[in-house]
Amino acid sequence: MSIRWLTLVPLIGLLIGVIFANRATPIVLGMPFLFFYVVLWLILTSVCMAIVYKFDPTNRKED
Amino acid sequence: MHASSMVIIFFTIALALVLGLLAQRRKQMNLEQWSVGGRGFGILFVFLLMAGEIYTTFTFLGGSGWSYGTGGPTVYILAYGAVAYLFSYFLLPPVWRYAKDHNLISQPDFFNKKFDSKWLGILVAVVGVVAIIPYLQSQMTGLGLIVEVASYGAINQTVGIGIAMIVLALYVTISGVHGTAWTAVLKDIVILIVVLVVGIALPVHVGGLHKMFTTINTEKPGFLTLGVKGMGIPWYISTVLLTGLGFYMWPHAFGAVYTAKNERVFRRNAIFLPLYQLVLLFVFFAGFAAILIVPGLQNSNLALMAAVQKIFPAWLVGVIGGAGVLCAIVPGSLMLMSAGTLIAENIYRPINPNASSKQVQTVARVMVWIVAAVTLIFSIHSNAAIVALLLMGYNFVSQFFPTILLSIFGRGAVSKAGAFTGILVGVLLVVYFTLTKQSLLWGVNTGFWALLVNFVIVLIVSAVTRDVKAERSITV
Repeated sequence: MSIRWLTLVPLIGLLIGVIFANRATPIVLGMPFLFFYVVLWLILTSVCMAIVYKFDPTNRKED
Repeated sequence: MHASSMVIIFFTIALALVLGLLAQRRKQMNLEQWSVGGRGFGILFVFLLMAGEIYTTFTFLGGSGWSYGTGGPTVYILAYGAVAYLFSYFLLPPVWRYAKDHNLISQPDFFNKKFDSKWLGILVAVVGVVAIIPYLQSQMTGLGLIVEVASYGAINQTVGIGIAMIVLALYVTISGVHGTAWTAVLKDIVILIVVLVVGIALPVHVGGLHKMFTTINTEKPGFLTLGVKGMGIPWYISTVLLTGLGFYMWPHAFGAVYTAKNERVFRRNAIFLPLYQLVLLFVFFAGFAAILIVPGLQNSNLALMAAVQKIFPAWLVGVIGGAGVLCAIVPGSLMLMSAGTLIAENIYRPINPNASSKQVQTVARVMVWIVAAVTLIFSIHSNAAIVALLLMGYNFVSQFFPTILLSIFGRGAVSKAGAFTGILVGVLLVVYFTLTKQSLLWGVNTGFWALLVNFVIVLIVSAVTRDVKAERSITV
């Protein structure tokens, strides 16, 4: 199983997960819930891509 | 009189112009240098050039304007960037490699080389130029508004746009991509400060974030979620996908990919760029605060500047306006340059194969001025929302996606005829939806429908024509 499949996780979170997160309250960190949810997934996107980058053998090769 | 704000804005424009002129002095200008910076840019410059795609007038005025006028659906702007970077990890390295191996300069070159078809290249170039115009127009509309507001009405929007177009065209013709890169450095510093200041000061002025959103939610129930003006979940998913896939399909973004020094640049950027998106939040906060500071504006594009004008002193309005001007000039110049290069290199040269490089270069520079003039005319006659203009452009450029994706990853899955019909049908559908003023069909973005039809047609036509091609290659 390639580590690259991890990319699907934020994609699903951002596209499908919103169905369950489409609400204004509770207000979290000063943001309406929907905004907080998308922000959370932006950060998780970055984390997932960092993991993919680190473990993807393609990036270990010298240029 | 509020002379201070105007002085600061004109100083910014002059500074951008000087940087653009200085940038080209020590470089010998051939066409490759002019448009892809000699392919020698490192991580930092590529990052800045790509960040230039994020912070445009669209974000500055359009993003805050959408928060002000549309509410919840604004989250799509946060999400599509992340989707674009997820795809970029896989899509950009092979595109870059192919471009490097074949010495490509522009986006149509990619199609031209891949399918060995001059006319496919020309089609892509034409669609690219058509898509760039509403994008450029969105930058100009915003710029004109900024100058108008910052001069407190002394200079009207039309004159402001006119001045801006001349500055843009002037430095694009002289310095090409180096001018853009240096102005991008200045822009990124200024805009970051301004966005943070505005995004914090305006919400604080109305009692802080928590109170601000609670008040908006009480006054306008449902405004802070998806579903406003028919833009519900299906709209969100289709638009995030459409614009996420379309992100790197813009001729200028696709061309900027070629400027990287190595392919790892893109994979590493895919980690950091989603975080860069978070700065957009402050723009949205400013737009939401404007609902409480300056309610009932006719033109939602004005929300940010109107709120700023009501609260800050004139000189600060000038600084913020100056940042907005840079936001328009950086991506605007990239787009203008792309349009000029596309017309010269990918429409004029294939039609006149005997033209010398010098002639092509002259055509590119002349076309920059013509595209600028056409955009100016459109800007004066239309008052569309900035985001609506951008989405229109996205509908067009995303039609390249099926062919690019399948030609990179689906070895031989796309034939020349398949690529040609897919793009043509997708674009014609977009034109039809645009002319009949439909942006939603069963709750789904119409550009997304065009993209789906395009995908299916590419596959069907390729399947039908592939056998013929294979037979021919056997007999030859």
